[in-house]
Amino acid sequence: MAKLTVELVIPERHVLAEEGVDVVVAPGIDGELAVLPSHAPLVTELSPGVVVLQRGGEEDILAVSGGFLEVLGDTVTVLADTSERSDEIDLERAQAARDRALEAMSLTMTPSEVLEARIRLLRALARIRAARRRSG
Amino acid sequence: MPSARDTRNRISGVESTRQITRAMQLVATSKMNRAQEAVRAARPYADKIGDVLRDLSRAIPGDEGVHPLFEKRPEHKVAVVVLSTNRGLCGALNTNVTRAALELAGAGREANPNVEYSVIGMGRVGVRMLAGTLPIAANFDDVPDRPLIVDVIPIVRMLIEGFELHAFDAVDVVYPDFVNTLTQRSEHVRLLPITRPEADEEDERDPDYIYEPSVETVLNMLLPRYVEMYLYRLVLEAAASEHSARMVAMRNATDNATDLIDELTLAYNRQRQASITNEMIDIAAGANALSQ
Repeated sequence: MAKLTVELVIPERHVLAEEGVDVVVAPGIDGELAVLPSHAPLVTELSPGVVVLQRGGEEDILAVSGGFLEVLGDTVTVLADTSERSDEIDLERAQAARDRALEAMSLTMTPSEVLEARIRLLRALARIRAARRRSG
Repeated sequence: MPSARDTRNRISGVESTRQITRAMQLVATSKMNRAQEAVRAARPYADKIGDVLRDLSRAIPGDEGVHPLFEKRPEHKVAVVVLSTNRGLCGALNTNVTRAALELAGAGREANPNVEYSVIGMGRVGVRMLAGTLPIAANFDDVPDRPLIVDVIPIVRMLIEGFELHAFDAVDVVYPDFVNTLTQRSEHVRLLPITRPEADEEDERDPDYIYEPSVETVLNMLLPRYVEMYLYRLVLEAAASEHSARMVAMRNATDNATDLIDELTLAYNRQRQASITNEMIDIAAGANALSQ
């Protein structure tokens, strides 16, 4: 059976290139999506969340803070704004960021401030989820 | 005529200057290597986002009215983003960039006498040099030595907003292009409106994409990122140019100091020799006088 080649890039650098991947699960803007080999060509926006690469019994778990994903043939390219591998994430710092974002949301007034705090909250939650999936 | 002691003082002065220039040369060399590495590292994302934009472009037929950021308008007001450095001691780099900016504005005015140019600086030195020639609209001088994309996002946001509100009809960027360690060429490119990438007829990629949620929303989120990435790459180019220009300038300064030290050492030895000879003559003359 065909396998997927996955590339994940952020503006500053190339983060990861993996071959022989079975499934990619990514946080699409309208909900989580799973990409299997022979998927139709697709470009979708991503929301902050967790990208999982499954290869045999192994998993690569990364947090992304939005961006987009392209599927072409059996190649999946993730263009993320920022990305961290789950083993690089400092869970305590992510939790602190989540608490700060929650606090900011309860204090801020203008819609744009609330929106910005929401985005920070989503990013922090994505990192926490990625880190937890790793350990648990 | 300086005394031997004066010459010796000058030698030690030049030596400490050489120590500083050599240290700056070494620092600039390592920063240049890092900056070049950053230019290389940014390429995959930039290539990829260019590909996706080209495919999107093909999915949307027609020319005008696709997205406001593609809109070509008559140019009444043009903003020129000038990438210069915050610190000097980098040879003619900033002079060349500011000259290129003035030439760009001159050529534009010649083609259309009514066009108004304004400068958006990124870097203190260039803005200082341009003061009094073109109006300075803003200066962003807090881009760090190792820029990340987040350092250019606020600037791009401001540029896009200004373009959409018709504060300017076009945005050009003047920057020192890194050709190689010895050569940096001042270039200018158009940032806004975005030039629609040409569909490549030879391209065999399947253009039949599904866009989620829709072509328009993907375009809306992709275009600002495309502009950010474009400017970010130019900023990285400019950083590599700055460090290599500084490295060369400091190497020249170090070489000059070495030559100067050689010359001064020669002069010092002559002076020392001359004074020893004089003393010998005095002693000989004294001895002669005593023996008579």
